Amino acid sequence: MFLLLAIFGWLNIYGASYTYEQTSIFDFSNRAGKQFVWILSALVMGGIILLIDSKTFDILAYIFYGAMIGILIVTPFVAHNVKGSYSWITIGPVSLQPAEFAKCITALAVAKYMGRYEYKLRDWKDLVMPFLLIGIPMVIIMFLQRETGSALVFLSFLLVFYRQGMSGFVLFAGVLAIVVFLIVIRFSIWPALILLVVIFGILVWRTWKIKRIYKWLLLLALGVYVAFSFGCNVVFTKILQPHQRVRIEVLLGMKDDPSGAGYNVTQSMIAIGSGQLFGKGYLQGTQTKLRFVPEQDTDFIFCTVGEEWGFLGTTGVLILYLLFILRLVSIAERQRDNFSQIYSYSVACIFLFHMTVNIGMVLGLLPVIGIPLPFFSYGGSSMWGFGLLLFILLRLDAARIEKMH
Amino acid sequence: MINDKYYNRRYVISGIAVVVVLVYIIKLFVVQIIDQSTKEKADNNALVRQTVYPSRGLIYDRNGVLLVFNQPMYDVTMIMREMGNDFDTLGFCEVLKIDKREFDSRIADISNKRKNRGFSRYTPQVFMAQLNRADVAPLQEAMYKFPGIALRKRTLRDYAYSSAAHALGSVGEVSPKDIESDDYYVPGDYAGRDGIEKTYESVLRGVKGEEILMRDSRGRIQGRFQDGKMDTPPQSGTDIRISLDIQLQLLAERLLSGKVGSAIALEPSTGEILAMASSPTWNPQILVGKIRSENYNNLLQDETKPLLNRATQATYSPGSTFKVLQALVCLEEKGIRPTTEYPCNGPQSKPIKCTHHHGSPVSLEEAIEQSCNPYFWCAFRDMLQKNGYGTDNTPFRERFELWRKDIIQFGLGKRFEDTDLSEQVSGYIPTSYLYDQTYGPKGWKAITIRSLSIGQGEILVTPLQLANEAATIANKGYYISPHFNTNDSMKSNKHTTSIHPEYFEIVQNGMARVMTHGTGRWYKLDSLEMCGKTGTVQNPHGKDHAIFIGFAPKENPQIAVAVVVENAGFGATWAAPIASLMIEQYLTGEIKRKWLFDRMANAVLNENVEER
Repeated sequence: MFLLLAIFGWLNIYGASYTYEQTSIFDFSNRAGKQFVWILSALVMGGIILLIDSKTFDILAYIFYGAMIGILIVTPFVAHNVKGSYSWITIGPVSLQPAEFAKCITALAVAKYMGRYEYKLRDWKDLVMPFLLIGIPMVIIMFLQRETGSALVFLSFLLVFYRQGMSGFVLFAGVLAIVVFLIVIRFSIWPALILLVVIFGILVWRTWKIKRIYKWLLLLALGVYVAFSFGCNVVFTKILQPHQRVRIEVLLGMKDDPSGAGYNVTQSMIAIGSGQLFGKGYLQGTQTKLRFVPEQDTDFIFCTVGEEWGFLGTTGVLILYLLFILRLVSIAERQRDNFSQIYSYSVACIFLFHMTVNIGMVLGLLPVIGIPLPFFSYGGSSMWGFGLLLFILLRLDAARIEKMH
Repeated sequence: MINDKYYNRRYVISGIAVVVVLVYIIKLFVVQIIDQSTKEKADNNALVRQTVYPSRGLIYDRNGVLLVFNQPMYDVTMIMREMGNDFDTLGFCEVLKIDKREFDSRIADISNKRKNRGFSRYTPQVFMAQLNRADVAPLQEAMYKFPGIALRKRTLRDYAYSSAAHALGSVGEVSPKDIESDDYYVPGDYAGRDGIEKTYESVLRGVKGEEILMRDSRGRIQGRFQDGKMDTPPQSGTDIRISLDIQLQLLAERLLSGKVGSAIALEPSTGEILAMASSPTWNPQILVGKIRSENYNNLLQDETKPLLNRATQATYSPGSTFKVLQALVCLEEKGIRPTTEYPCNGPQSKPIKCTHHHGSPVSLEEAIEQSCNPYFWCAFRDMLQKNGYGTDNTPFRERFELWRKDIIQFGLGKRFEDTDLSEQVSGYIPTSYLYDQTYGPKGWKAITIRSLSIGQGEILVTPLQLANEAATIANKGYYISPHFNTNDSMKSNKHTTSIHPEYFEIVQNGMARVMTHGTGRWYKLDSLEMCGKTGTVQNPHGKDHAIFIGFAPKENPQIAVAVVVENAGFGATWAAPIASLMIEQYLTGEIKRKWLFDRMANAVLNENVEER
């Protein structure tokens, strides 16, 4: 537990100081100061949570969920348009993003639902409710608030379901779909079809002896995938927004647009690359200093790490995150009741998702999706949201220890 | 543990985390250690985006004469962090012809966050603004010596004629309110602040462009990125042509110099403004560039209030010029007939005495010609009292409201809404409500409001409204709101009055007689038939104001004029000649009565009016 807190504190300070340097560019000491306030208040909130009885979360989970859905629906009507999305609510001098808090509350609700004594994940029917629980916020955020990044985070819950017994095939199917999509877009339909035939061939051969039904199921699935691959292009051109399209194209190397939509990533890469082994030194990054990297203190904050602390710094941060997540997993594993375990896994998966996507985006390995880096990226809602996730987990874990004595 | 069966899956999840991190570390390794090219790119090809300001639209007069154009100006900008420790300050000062003290004080101002809220050592700050090409040439040659320094090209206004300052308006820095209401503006942009520059701002301003420059790690500009392939060129503002006739405008201002007042000329059939002069005025050049704020302040402090556009924002009693309107309304509402005559006892008349000497009785046309007060008092009275007073004054009050309704049709008592003239006041035509409040609903009769009959009392009009009134009479019953634009967009916006055309004929005849035999006879034109009406307006603060309205030629009028000269005395002596000269020049192209021109132009009625 101490390890956890130490890591957490460390990350906070880094995050804060990175925003500090960024601010010399816009309002001096405005963003840094703000972030500092957020951190302190998050700590206070954490302290309060630690004092609350752990059962409270269990009891109130559904109520919070209901309220949260309501807020999410209302938000796009109340919010201003910020860079194309309607996900911020302003109360006085403070702007909040309800979606950040939605993650935590959904985790509580899912944990409660799946943690019931009589619940077992046997077949797909049991999955309907969990899928709904994560699906509704996802849809609201994606379509009403127009904030794709925050919506996609909810996909991390799939990993949680997996741990709880959902068939690995769902994950596999999802990954396959993405691969097919990319192949179709990048090359053409034929390589994708060949791939599908090969994979399904292997599958059929492996399950030949098991059951007849599976064979038909597999053929059916193959049919669906083939249809899907034909549909890919349609989805790509008609459903995705132009800026999203371009991002994917840039990612796949189809477009070279150094000063347009690919600008973010190119600049980010330049910034990181210029850091070399040791980096340029604290507050010395020229790329970020001169504001070449857009969004550099929110989504692209990892660039600053890369530029100023070099390879040592970036690897250090990555390992820190890895330890953090592994620690979360181990805490999850040692929980004694389903509610706490499922919740803890949710926390771990959410953090994993954020880390993966944010840093992947900065490195040019994933398309640019607006997701903050936990405890690093500037943002009060983000800081509070993650703090909430973490402190409730600590509280539940503490309850476990209490019970033991 | 209930879910022990899936215990192994924990490794899957942990495994994913480990794999992801490993992949990223490898990628980072490649990017940061193995691949050197990014380092070079960072050092050498850092990109800078700079706004390119478009040239502002030009303004032409109705005949295509250029009035307002642009002159290039430069701002010297600096990025303080890049200037470095060994910046050649003395050399820099030398090249800009300033001394070290000025340099220091400018730096201090820039660094002062209270004065310069956008200050940052990392972004370009304006060191010196609005230098012309000559000032900036030495710096341009020596730019390579000064890292962090750049030049930004801007355009400022320049004027072909030192005229039409009120109408044209001026360009200045945008205010915080403008920035808030329109995303296009950032602090430091220029926009039209008043007049035509403001009304047509969105047309004149064009669209900002962007150029992408390459900089090295020392902050020196290396050239354009990809030879400008990715630049967005700016779009120049659209030129506009306004209805002013610059020669007429110049004449009007010349004639008004040394006096306080205004002159407006309209083209009656279209409502286009041919000239709009207000005195005192200023040379529009003084509000351009560095000298703008100081000069603007001086104008603000000046006691004669030059910034006030007296043509559209000053109100006066119309005085005798109101009589023509009075005639029309009384005829229409059957208060009088075209043949009605009234007695006039000259200065002995009661309740209003006549200031002119003529015979008695007086016909309508004669009353206009001689500006006979008693006639119009009687006409007004008879019009209002046509249905008597009744038991509660209602029939009378209703007649008054009817009278008011007719008067307003001429554009009085309100602003012109459907036009591109931004700054107007509405004037005032009294309502029965006002008199009810003052005297009680039964407490007022025609005699109470007799001043209204001759255009005094509570009636207030602007010279613009007077000119429009003249235009309406010239058109025999309609007007198009006075405006500057020369496209035909307002052609169909006719405001018609409910008064019969034949009454206009009568009044026009009367106004023609004013110029041939009446109060304006010294200023008639030999070559064409002019119609007019003089007015001498009592003014509690000083000498009477002189007013004149008129139009010409009587058949197929081309120009309608209103002139107001404050504290001048007789309308006939001061306002009529100015109007007459303006009409003469506009319709015949030259002024033959040089003696009159000299007399009017050189007369100084108010010594405080400065020539700027």
